[in-house]
Amino acid sequence: MSRPYVPLPGWINHGLIPLVNVAVAFLVAGLVVLAVGESPVEAARLMLRGAFGYSEGFGFTLYYTTNFILTGLAVAVAFHGGLFNIGGEGQVYLGGLGVALVALNLDGTFPWWVNLPLAILASAAFGALWALIPAVLQARRGSHIVITTIMFNFIASALMVYLIVGPLRPVGTMQPESRRFLEGGQLPKLGPLFERFGLDLGGAPLNVTFFVALLAAFLVWVLIWRTRLGYEIRTLGFSPSAARYAGMSQVRLVVIIMLISGGLAGMMALNPVMGDQYRLQIDFPAGAGFVGIAVALMGRGHPAGIVPAALLFGVLYQGGAELAFDMPAISRDMIVIIQGLVILFAGALENMLRPGIGAAFQAVRFRSPRAGGVEGRA
Amino acid sequence: MDALFLNVLDSTIRLSVPLIFAALAGLYSERSGIFDISLEGKMLIAAFASASAAAVTGSAYYGLLAGVLAAVAFALVHGLASITYRGNQIVSGVAINFIAAGLAIILGGAWFAQGGRTPPLSGAQRFGEITLPGAGALSGVPVLGPLYSGVVSGQNLLVYLAFAMVPVSWWVLFRTRFGLRLRAVGENPAAVDTAGVSVPWLRYRAVIICGVLTGFAGTYIAIAQAAGFNRDMTAGKGFIALAALIFAKWKPVPVMFACLLFGFLDAFAIRAQNITLPLIGQVPPQAIQALPYVLTVVLLAGFIGKAIPPKAGGVPYVKER
Repeated sequence: MSRPYVPLPGWINHGLIPLVNVAVAFLVAGLVVLAVGESPVEAARLMLRGAFGYSEGFGFTLYYTTNFILTGLAVAVAFHGGLFNIGGEGQVYLGGLGVALVALNLDGTFPWWVNLPLAILASAAFGALWALIPAVLQARRGSHIVITTIMFNFIASALMVYLIVGPLRPVGTMQPESRRFLEGGQLPKLGPLFERFGLDLGGAPLNVTFFVALLAAFLVWVLIWRTRLGYEIRTLGFSPSAARYAGMSQVRLVVIIMLISGGLAGMMALNPVMGDQYRLQIDFPAGAGFVGIAVALMGRGHPAGIVPAALLFGVLYQGGAELAFDMPAISRDMIVIIQGLVILFAGALENMLRPGIGAAFQAVRFRSPRAGGVEGRA
Repeated sequence: MDALFLNVLDSTIRLSVPLIFAALAGLYSERSGIFDISLEGKMLIAAFASASAAAVTGSAYYGLLAGVLAAVAFALVHGLASITYRGNQIVSGVAINFIAAGLAIILGGAWFAQGGRTPPLSGAQRFGEITLPGAGALSGVPVLGPLYSGVVSGQNLLVYLAFAMVPVSWWVLFRTRFGLRLRAVGENPAAVDTAGVSVPWLRYRAVIICGVLTGFAGTYIAIAQAAGFNRDMTAGKGFIALAALIFAKWKPVPVMFACLLFGFLDAFAIRAQNITLPLIGQVPPQAIQALPYVLTVVLLAGFIGKAIPPKAGGVPYVKER
């Protein structure tokens, strides 16, 4: 039980083991489908058809993917610094306030392409602000960031309900939502762009935030693996004492990491608020902040893994919605189970299969004639 | 004695019961060094299992048994991940919350075909009120009479059990050998290991106790407080319990008072939709709902005393070689 795990080459650590873990998660999810009395194979087929089978469904898939790229990156950046930002949900919610403030004040004044950068800044600033307090408390007073960010999710929820039901609700309506944004507060849909390639996205809400998310993924890669700050972040995450001996300020780093993480989460609000609903609504983050945890774990914290992991969860969300129509025994809550299983197997139980896979690898390596030199590459 | 006052006191007790069970559950787990943010998920799956079993068997006691078994099963998953496979305890807790939330709805939908709810329960399927001896006779006595007959008497079995668990937990943790070892393994597992006591087995026992108590909490919510399972019926109580645990600095008796305080805030927020305070003006109900979380953050920041968690909490134990 307390045997140290054998060092394994990178492609096994970062490729094979995560893939096997995710596969196990899906197998268990399949068992749940079986227990409900439906065929897992049929469920998977219906899900894939719903997500990819027609172009409007595909548009929805990419719309959800956009959300999950941003929240996944948010969790991943914090992970690299050894911090667990569980407060994505609250940071997205507050980010929505930033988007709404820009849109509500400027939507009649400027066109969308002026408002978009302002809204990005505002959403990132509000999300970052909501992560700042837990960050400062962790860095300066040693309060556990997991607990404070959980608490901040609930505080954000109470605050936003107060604002949306109270000050932000237009006079004379009972709906708990802000007024609808005018044209300057509406991000263009990507439908016309996809039509050039012969894809009709129909009513799918896919919008320019998709490109914002892809750009953010690229910038996170640059930040973490190509800058001095990224090196410091990874050092802190790998060994806080090494970072301290190297003269890095832990307080400064923790605050910067959480500002970036919260900012990325906050930007997610652009997609539903300015790109789809054109208004601020209660509970619009709808759990996307938590999906980010599964996405970051599955993608091993690397943008090249996070984007496909986000796409997979986009498929699950869109395909799951269609599946609920065709299989009445299965509701959208099946996605919640799958999400939990992915987090469990890819995150918490990642060591379960490692000894087995390691032993199998060693057995194969010692039998093959080209043995040796593998450790060096790992 | 003011009827409103008695009423608020009564609902304070009712609303604190699941918090007390869940916070004590967290107390055992975290004192042994296993962080547990999956109290919410375990309560939810216990609520679902107890309501389902009570609906099928017609007995609240079978419901309780099913609720406890379901919560213990989830607790063992958490133990497997965080003790045996030395995984990240926070990640495991998050996963359990998700699996419980999804599984309750999916299985409920498949078994009862009521959109994830269980059928409404009544009679022996629920824990009914117990009238304590002398409640009727004493009700005429000023002050004590209404308090005894209106608040102390007329609660259900689980309410009395929750309050009994507080001194029991204190005794177990601070007056027994098991309790001493449990606390030691949360502070310095290597020392416990050196003394020849199994760290994993101690931690597994703590995690199982945690499962049993969250089972009580969930069962109370579904078949004592309410009459059946509803989607999201634990509504963040697991996290409030976590907040209460921190607020009480991981000690059983303060846990009870923290839970009563948070239960009171909840009862207060339900009744007083728009409260006007002197100097501050009108206080929105959302502010009162957020108060336990704000207080916990303030406490964690060290502004009102200091909350020091068990030293080895959240760190998997690797035996020296």
